[in-house]
Amino acid sequence: MYRYDEFDDGFVRERVAQFRDQVTRRLSGALSEDEFKPLRLMNGLYLQLHAYMLRVAVPYGTMSANQMRQLAMIAERYDKGYGHFTTRQNIQFNWPKLEDTPDILEHLADVEMHAIQTSGNCIRNVTADPWAGVADDEIEDPRPFAELIRQWSTLHPEFSFLPRKFKVAVTAAASDRAAIAFHDIGLRLHRNENGEAGFQVLVGGGMGRTPMLAKTVRAWLARRELLAYLEAIMRVYNLHGRRDNKYKARIKILVHELGVEEFTRQVDEEYARLDGPTTEVAEGELARIAAYFAPPQYEDLDDEDPQLAHQQVARPAFAAWFEQNVARHRVPGYGIVTISLKPIGGIPGDATAEQMRAIADLAERHSLGEIRVTYQQNLVLPYVRKRDLVAVWHGLVKAGLAEANIGLVSDIIACPGLDYCALATARSIPVAQSISTRLAVAERQRDIGELSIKISGCINACGHHHAGNIGILGLEKKGVEFYQITLGGSAENNAAIGEIIGPGFAGEDVPVVVETLIDTYMGLRHEDESFLDAYRRVGPKPFKEAVYANR
Amino acid sequence: MSKPIQIEQVLTANRLSDGLVVFLGPDGEWREGLAEAAIAKSKEVADALEAAGADAEDNNVVVGAYLIGVIENDGRRRAAHIREHLRALGPSVRPDLGKQAEASQASLREVA
Repeated sequence: MYRYDEFDDGFVRERVAQFRDQVTRRLSGALSEDEFKPLRLMNGLYLQLHAYMLRVAVPYGTMSANQMRQLAMIAERYDKGYGHFTTRQNIQFNWPKLEDTPDILEHLADVEMHAIQTSGNCIRNVTADPWAGVADDEIEDPRPFAELIRQWSTLHPEFSFLPRKFKVAVTAAASDRAAIAFHDIGLRLHRNENGEAGFQVLVGGGMGRTPMLAKTVRAWLARRELLAYLEAIMRVYNLHGRRDNKYKARIKILVHELGVEEFTRQVDEEYARLDGPTTEVAEGELARIAAYFAPPQYEDLDDEDPQLAHQQVARPAFAAWFEQNVARHRVPGYGIVTISLKPIGGIPGDATAEQMRAIADLAERHSLGEIRVTYQQNLVLPYVRKRDLVAVWHGLVKAGLAEANIGLVSDIIACPGLDYCALATARSIPVAQSISTRLAVAERQRDIGELSIKISGCINACGHHHAGNIGILGLEKKGVEFYQITLGGSAENNAAIGEIIGPGFAGEDVPVVVETLIDTYMGLRHEDESFLDAYRRVGPKPFKEAVYANR
Repeated sequence: MSKPIQIEQVLTANRLSDGLVVFLGPDGEWREGLAEAAIAKSKEVADALEAAGADAEDNNVVVGAYLIGVIENDGRRRAAHIREHLRALGPSVRPDLGKQAEASQASLREVA
């Protein structure tokens, strides 16, 4: 993974010193809240419902065991013993004190981490396929480009005061595990007819109150042109994106209002104006960055591990976990382990300091020291030898992290919601918990199969409810929470925005409604047909009828 | 549960230094418990609370002071709106955290 050089380290330390001074001046009153707020947002520090909230960047979702241990220390020393992994592959702490944040940032700098640009009207954390470098359907590791974009976008003088936040996601795989269709810019590295690797550039996707799927602005862009082309897109947005209305300020609105042809024409016109050679990515620079992501020294192993089959027979619980949570690795004899942060009835995406340490230990021993964060709020150990899977599973069992439910109905995405967030209109976590508890039985979950439930506690859709096979949006009327259900969303290939099925429900009714939807699906599905596929085949009618039959 | 008596108001904010939720007390001090907040039953008193809040913001004690409605049920006071109710207690999904965890047994019954 990327390692800071002297320049990077110096930059982050200077930033900490700068923020320390800003905090001192805020506490003394030399800076007012109006003056300080944009500054603290530039360092990912929010003021939420109960306390400040610090959002720490995990660049493209990659971190080391060492960094995870530091996060555990910060959780214990400066917070309440836990952290929350987010839908943008970052981590959030919910209870830092303002006066402690400079020290927290210093501790982060000690392990090459920071909270820069995790908030504010700037380019945010560039997210990526959490299986980057190890997926068997990938043409090459996209993370060097994610790192390139990160460096280019950090403190970019022209793009630090955008009309609104800006989110970029990168993948190089056939299967989209980065939700690129829902990003401001989505990049898919793929081969053209000549076999050359280049980027499909999609622009204008997003969630929120006006969900939209990104449109293709360039079907194939040569790799060396990436930064220059991104520059052209950002310039068109910076110039023409709305600044008069916060709810119409994202690039998706601009693309929608201009139409993709006109938007593309403007981008290409700006691109032609740019001085190509100065923004072209020097091959040497790309190679320098790519070297940090060179594949590790894999062992030469048989793909079949003799012990593994035997272990699955001997330990049904391990077998279930292996089936659900371990994916095919590109290298024989290895597996990609997903650690579920969705225990039955638990809080999606939360991990205690003890659990973080347990994960760090397992990563160090069995995953070459590396961990990934997924946008589904789970974690990944990307380099596990098949012969170590049982040991990893044992370690996860001990830490309460062995729920065998990746991709299943209890693998729910939920934003913090009204339990934590100052923007929320309703609670999301208890809804996730009650659904999870109601559908807990493992066999039934496996029988239901792949089904993504995504819950947002307000219209800002941080829980990605628009992309849920079953989406749940928490709203409020006269101080009472109620929940709208959408169906048929997806953030994978053939992305789709869910459709609302009808009037909303009280919180306590949501699990029954979800169960009714699932029972309906089970009653009409063809063999091996997922919930999403069945919905696409039959449409919303049978589901609406089942849910609203007695209303 | 008997009918709520009337809507009254208290002033709330977040403390600057640690971000915690606080309420303006009758003595002008900021309190961590809703039960200790000064009550405004008239517009004049509400205005006075708001002015005190603005002062506290200017003096860098708190951030974002505003009035919220409270209702009394059976002598127990709670915030009228669910958002403020959660804010006064802590996350409903972590009863071991926030003010609700620090409350005494008697106060814990208040939150139900």
